Amino acid sequence: MKTHTHTPRRLAAALVIALFGLALSNAAAQTLLNVSYDPTREFYTDLNAAFAKHWKEKTGEQIEFSQSHGGSSKQARAVIDGLEADVVTLALAADVNAIAKAGLLPENWQSRLPSNSAPYQSTLAFLVRKGNPKNIKDWDDLIRPDVQVITPNPKTSGVARWNFLAAWGWAQNHFGGDEAKTQEFIKRLYANVPVLDTGARGSSTTFTERQIGDVLINWENELLLALKEQGDKYEIVTPSLSILAEPTVALVDKNVDKKKTREVAQAYLEYLYSDEGQQIAGKHFYRPSNPAILAKFQSQYPNLKLFTIDEVFGGWNPATKKFFEDGAIFDQIYLK
Amino acid sequence: METRKKTKRRPSRRILPGFGLTMGITVTYLTLLVLIPLSAVFIRSSGMGWDAFWTAITGRQVVASYKVTFGISFLAAATNAVFGFLVAWVLTRYRFPGRRILDALVDLPFALPTAVAGIALTALYARNGWLGQFFYSLGIETAYSQVGIYIALTFIGLPFVVRTLQPVMEDLDAEVEEAAASLGAGRAKVFTQIIVPALLPAMLTGFALAFARAIGEYGSVIFISGNIPLRTEITPLVIVKFLENYQYPQATAVAAVMLTASFALLFVINLLQRWAEKNS
Repeated sequence: MKTHTHTPRRLAAALVIALFGLALSNAAAQTLLNVSYDPTREFYTDLNAAFAKHWKEKTGEQIEFSQSHGGSSKQARAVIDGLEADVVTLALAADVNAIAKAGLLPENWQSRLPSNSAPYQSTLAFLVRKGNPKNIKDWDDLIRPDVQVITPNPKTSGVARWNFLAAWGWAQNHFGGDEAKTQEFIKRLYANVPVLDTGARGSSTTFTERQIGDVLINWENELLLALKEQGDKYEIVTPSLSILAEPTVALVDKNVDKKKTREVAQAYLEYLYSDEGQQIAGKHFYRPSNPAILAKFQSQYPNLKLFTIDEVFGGWNPATKKFFEDGAIFDQIYLK
Repeated sequence: METRKKTKRRPSRRILPGFGLTMGITVTYLTLLVLIPLSAVFIRSSGMGWDAFWTAITGRQVVASYKVTFGISFLAAATNAVFGFLVAWVLTRYRFPGRRILDALVDLPFALPTAVAGIALTALYARNGWLGQFFYSLGIETAYSQVGIYIALTFIGLPFVVRTLQPVMEDLDAEVEEAAASLGAGRAKVFTQIIVPALLPAMLTGFALAFARAIGEYGSVIFISGNIPLRTEITPLVIVKFLENYQYPQATAVAAVMLTASFALLFVINLLQRWAEKNS
């Protein structure tokens, strides 16, 4: 009987030892933490498996992955506050800039990898209800009084900033650079937004589940995925002009040096640019930055003219200052 | 007396033992959990200078959000004070089948993750929702409006009122009511002169708890409110917006305002409660 009363304690002790053992054996295999934004979950699950295989063949080392996904700037803040990411793969260069400002990686990070540290790209397009009942064709249809537009809040969502900039870029081009008219257009567009969700997934839910709005602006890769799954209910409308969205990746120097993972983390980021990495990006509806691979997938992307943030706005820092800071244009359009 | 003075242990001035230990633990616990995090808010915002602080807390969108948050929280808590009273009354005064289930239901808003509550309420009250379609046909926008915020805040506040009122109602002496009735008081008079004064302090407490909870609520509201600046943006969302833009000082400045306001409100309600206790 006596031994029986001791069993739970012994079990607990055994469990503790087992856990320790597990922790130790885990430490033997290197673990990489990739901190990313929301819609990349499936893409990186595939890519990580492919890279682990590649790395094992090349070096014989076992590599394990942890993935973390969430709103892009929330993720950046987590890294700044001490989440030990080896690499960050975020929606906006602005968020990586913020990490650089905190001293975790050098300010020139964006020039360390090819094509502005954006191994895959995307753009913004419209999702409308089947048959396009409101006959939406381009950006100027979004300001019609009978049209409701769904897009998240640029203050809290990465893709929403790309949405805003895409609309601004189109209007600026359309009005021949007239700033006042461009701002008026943006103001009317956001007056047509009945719900400003805090993130991209929230907006998708509002549009698809709540059946609110006539058009959803979102990542092209998310729309293509939605179409694959629910093609009988929606269709994609491609505007005449949109922005080339460049989600950026970077090594977090401070963390990789501390965890001694620089070599494998660097190889991981370079793998994103390899033919295999590019193929996987294309399979998940991102636009590969390698033109040869892009050409292979060309038929899946709608054909439209794209401009870059550097061309039109001079990069993220000036764009953030002009549009999204406290009291900047996005705040102003709601005040008047 | 002589011998007691000579013993090494200091004589305890309290009848119950263990005051030193329990008080020590209480203070440490409260300091770690409440005081340090809250003072961090003030310390972080104090580094920004008075002008910047003032600009951050008086922006038009921020001020509009105070109105939305405090105004609607007040309405929601007031609604709960009335209907929570009814619910507590039914649960304590009557015996009927299913009472226990009803009683357990009251706690649900406590237990449900607020995001789940927000999504469920939005699904119900949206234009294509079960309940929303009726409201919309009457011309009332329920989801994505201030009404939506009111619904969410009422939902999360209900248990606070019911759970504070219930024990007090149970202790309410029925004999006093009977005595009043036998002395010729009508039902209305018994209610207003006997029952309400006895329950008023608990009602105020419940109201204050529901109100304070509503002011800080984020998870359930952002799904149903629509988050349009100046109209349906709550103050906690304004704070999140600042954070998302790496404006920590501004975020903590607004948080400090909320903390101060909540504290002042709770303090006033506490005073009211004392006054009500004295008068009953």
